[in-house]
Amino acid sequence: MSSTETGTTTNEHGYRSFVIGGFSFERDEHFVHIHWPTGRHVMAADVFLKALMRDVSWNFFYGIVNFDAVFGTMNHYGNVDMFAGRYNAAYRKAELDHQENFGHDDLMACFKEILADWTNADFDPFASPQETGTPFGPKKGDNQTAVNRTRVLANRMVGVPGDEATRSDENGFPKNRMFADVDQTEPAVHAEPGYEQEVAAFNLFAYLSRSDVTWNPSVVSVCRESLYCPTTEEFILPVIHGNDRVEWFVQLSDEITWKVEDRETGAMRATVVMKAGDCAAMPADIRHQGYSPKRSMLLVWENAAASLPDLIASGQAPTVPVSF
Amino acid sequence: MTDPSTQYSTVFGSLHDYDKGGVEAIDDDPRNYVFSNMFEVAESAAVWEKVAVAKNMEYVLEAIRADGISPWRVTPHDEFALVMDGEVVVELIDPADQLVDPSASGSRAVEGEPAGTKMGRIVAGHGHMAMLPAGRCYRFIADSPSVILLQTIEGPDTVYRWSEICQTS
Repeated sequence: MSSTETGTTTNEHGYRSFVIGGFSFERDEHFVHIHWPTGRHVMAADVFLKALMRDVSWNFFYGIVNFDAVFGTMNHYGNVDMFAGRYNAAYRKAELDHQENFGHDDLMACFKEILADWTNADFDPFASPQETGTPFGPKKGDNQTAVNRTRVLANRMVGVPGDEATRSDENGFPKNRMFADVDQTEPAVHAEPGYEQEVAAFNLFAYLSRSDVTWNPSVVSVCRESLYCPTTEEFILPVIHGNDRVEWFVQLSDEITWKVEDRETGAMRATVVMKAGDCAAMPADIRHQGYSPKRSMLLVWENAAASLPDLIASGQAPTVPVSF
Repeated sequence: MTDPSTQYSTVFGSLHDYDKGGVEAIDDDPRNYVFSNMFEVAESAAVWEKVAVAKNMEYVLEAIRADGISPWRVTPHDEFALVMDGEVVVELIDPADQLVDPSASGSRAVEGEPAGTKMGRIVAGHGHMAMLPAGRCYRFIADSPSVILLQTIEGPDTVYRWSEICQTS
């Protein structure tokens, strides 16, 4: 595994620089510059920070988090690969790709430091573009509240007594402007004495209409290792997610267009247009990025079984959920 | 920043009003995406039929056309019913006897009304999610055709008809 070293000095723009293993990270007023032993890469600061925010908040997520077509991470659940060009056909052909493995905690600590230092006071990396300020310019304060949000992880179901709470004006979750028309009526729940823990229901659509973030799947119900991870989406998914297992999407409202590419090379494989009520699988050998013109409700459905990545990688389980 | 005066309409689907997307293949087989629409599936399903619209190993999501009173069922694990169209009443009973092995997967039909203690009821409308707790019995009541999306594990009554409901070309 590679070593970690983070810089303590600031550059002329007010930002710290960071080194971990053979990778180094710098930012200026507009861009993030990444160097590794065989190459370099530049990304717009907003694109980098929004992807970094997801990678940190999702604990490196399932499989690959591509920040763009060149840079990203692959989760091995305990340790993490950070790569440049590894999943890019041109970089591979030119033998310019580079990959290093880090302990989960080491890389997470480094990413959290970058995120905290490079996110300015006006910018919320989880917010839609119309609901936040600019990430650009010289360093201007910080936004610790935004970058330290925790992901909702219900143990059984949102709304069950003692589990994750529903959302309301009172607990700081007003309705989003694009969901002002979503009915807020809660279900009528009549529990006999002694069964209050088990007779439970909540308005999922109202709950989602009050989400203050975009592209952030959070667990609302758990059926053994089957996790309902609904999320609200607006603009573009800030990462290109490379699957290490089959993932399912159920479009609950409005519409999302998915660009689907080969996981290894980035070659286009399909465009998937999803409208309300549509159900579609994302195979385990692709990567995908969604485009949502209006804020929409998407149910991301995951199988969290720890054995799945190895079963699929070894060919013991297929990359598609069913054959017909 | 956004103009707060702009009005937006949220588009949901229903049994009688849905618009289906699709897979536009570039270098792939559309069947790999197992693409369907739950309202279209429910439209052509028998009442209370549990048609899988998503599957990930043993786990499934079932589209259920709800209309009238369902048979009683017992579930060995928590299930979750999301009402995607209409209104569904959920009635729950704590059975006097253990009716299902807790290590089993998928819910089972129960003959008649199970003996036990009434736990309560839930009136769930559009977008409401109800928990169907492990080890308990439940039934659904819908006064008009409604659609439930059920988070569960495949069981003896799960119906698979992928070639009929999914995009194939």
